[in-house]
Amino acid sequence: MSSSAETKTAEIALTVNGRVRHLDLDPRTSLLDALREHLHLTGTKKGCDHGQCGACTVLINDRRINSCLTLAVMHEGDDIVTVEGLGSPGALAPMQAAFVDFDGFQCGYCTPGQICSAIGMLAEVEAGWPSQATADVASPRIALTDAEIRERMSGNLCRCAAYPNIIAAIRDVAKGGRG
Amino acid sequence: MRPFTYERATDPRAAVVAVSRAGAKFISGGTNLLDLMKLEVEQPTHLVDISRLPFKDIQELPDGGLWIGAQATNSDLAADRRVRTRYPVLSQALLAGASGQLRNKASVGGNLLQRTRCPYFYDTAADCNKRTPGSGCSAIGGFNRTHAILGASDACIATHPSDMAVAMRALEAQIELLGADQSVRRVAIGDFHRLPGDTPHVETVLRPGEMITGVVLPSPPPGRQLYRKVRDRASYAFALVSVAAIVATDRGTISAARVAFGGVAHKPWRSVEAEAALAGRPATMAVFRAAAEAAMANAVGRGHNDFKIELAKRTLCRTLAQAAQVG
Repeated sequence: MSSSAETKTAEIALTVNGRVRHLDLDPRTSLLDALREHLHLTGTKKGCDHGQCGACTVLINDRRINSCLTLAVMHEGDDIVTVEGLGSPGALAPMQAAFVDFDGFQCGYCTPGQICSAIGMLAEVEAGWPSQATADVASPRIALTDAEIRERMSGNLCRCAAYPNIIAAIRDVAKGGRG
Repeated sequence: MRPFTYERATDPRAAVVAVSRAGAKFISGGTNLLDLMKLEVEQPTHLVDISRLPFKDIQELPDGGLWIGAQATNSDLAADRRVRTRYPVLSQALLAGASGQLRNKASVGGNLLQRTRCPYFYDTAADCNKRTPGSGCSAIGGFNRTHAILGASDACIATHPSDMAVAMRALEAQIELLGADQSVRRVAIGDFHRLPGDTPHVETVLRPGEMITGVVLPSPPPGRQLYRKVRDRASYAFALVSVAAIVATDRGTISAARVAFGGVAHKPWRSVEAEAALAGRPATMAVFRAAAEAAMANAVGRGHNDFKIELAKRTLCRTLAQAAQVG
């Protein structure tokens, strides 16, 4: 690879799962690669690396985003949460436990992204954000039908097609079953 | 991805100066630019990050309009209560585009400047006058099912992919710009994007270094607003055809109508021909069909996309019928 631009690294501090982490990164490093290759937080998965599959979804300042389509250097000072920050094997977060209970996966590769996305999505519903499935975008309350869940989760693909069980898991958490 | 240097702008006046050097580009949400940089379709040598500039607000204007900061996310704009109640076509258009994750990152300014999704533009092994001026167009005579039917040229038949911009076209938005010389100007959205002509790589009237700081919406026009998008999947796909319509009726007669199409041209496409065919006429399917024929009178198919001409007509009729609450 040839280029006229000189490659310089940047020293940055990222706040990931509540811990401040200091990194010296090539500016080209995506947030996804910083998490996986530099911080060894391999829960967040690389699927398409082009924002099409959602496997890399993480929460930044409580909002779900694709970590493959943003640069790590752009996120100093942000509060980044990955699947590792949600719960641990002995103490799963409600959404993680629901995915287990409802069999919301087969191979599991898309699952961390599905779980982070679902948590971000329910916060959006809680905030009253409409979706394309909302009949009247002006209505202040959202009825979380299966059509709403499907539309709002369309940025997360599951090649094993565990969609019915993913919806069941999300529906269960939304109902407050696991509070 | 080619190497680049990075700086975070803290002042808009410094940002437009910083981006004026050769090879420099602004980055905001990055959802389109980084995608293209990974493929080396875009090869900036310096990035000026404007995502933290103070243009995130949405503010009321004294004349009843809204000022939308260019750094507001697509999600923030779609969820804004004033937009949802007074400009529902804009909320609907935004929510019809991309995914929840992408809308949380993509900015309003970046949405306006996103590049075409023509597969030959993305394929660096193909000819593309937009990517490499003078190299030719692989889409003409190629697989052009998603391509333009209006306003295209022999150099380029790509479409503009935005849903948001189609609604803004119907709402007669103005784009607010800050120049490298610190000058401020406003451009009507209809004049902002260019048709391809023989320079398809020049997509807007932006001057070198110029930055979008905001979008101004005039007070909403009378009538019911509706956005309808037709695509290959139910969600998370670009439009084959979309329609933004604003229709006011008075006892069964159309008193005013605005029509804009997406997915059919190199820019969001306002159809004054359709609007003229609607104004003052009864809100009936025969009148809607006449407006659709007028809108597509100059449409040209390129083979695989021939179906879009009839699809655009039917999508317009269906949208008008729903907006006018008939049929």
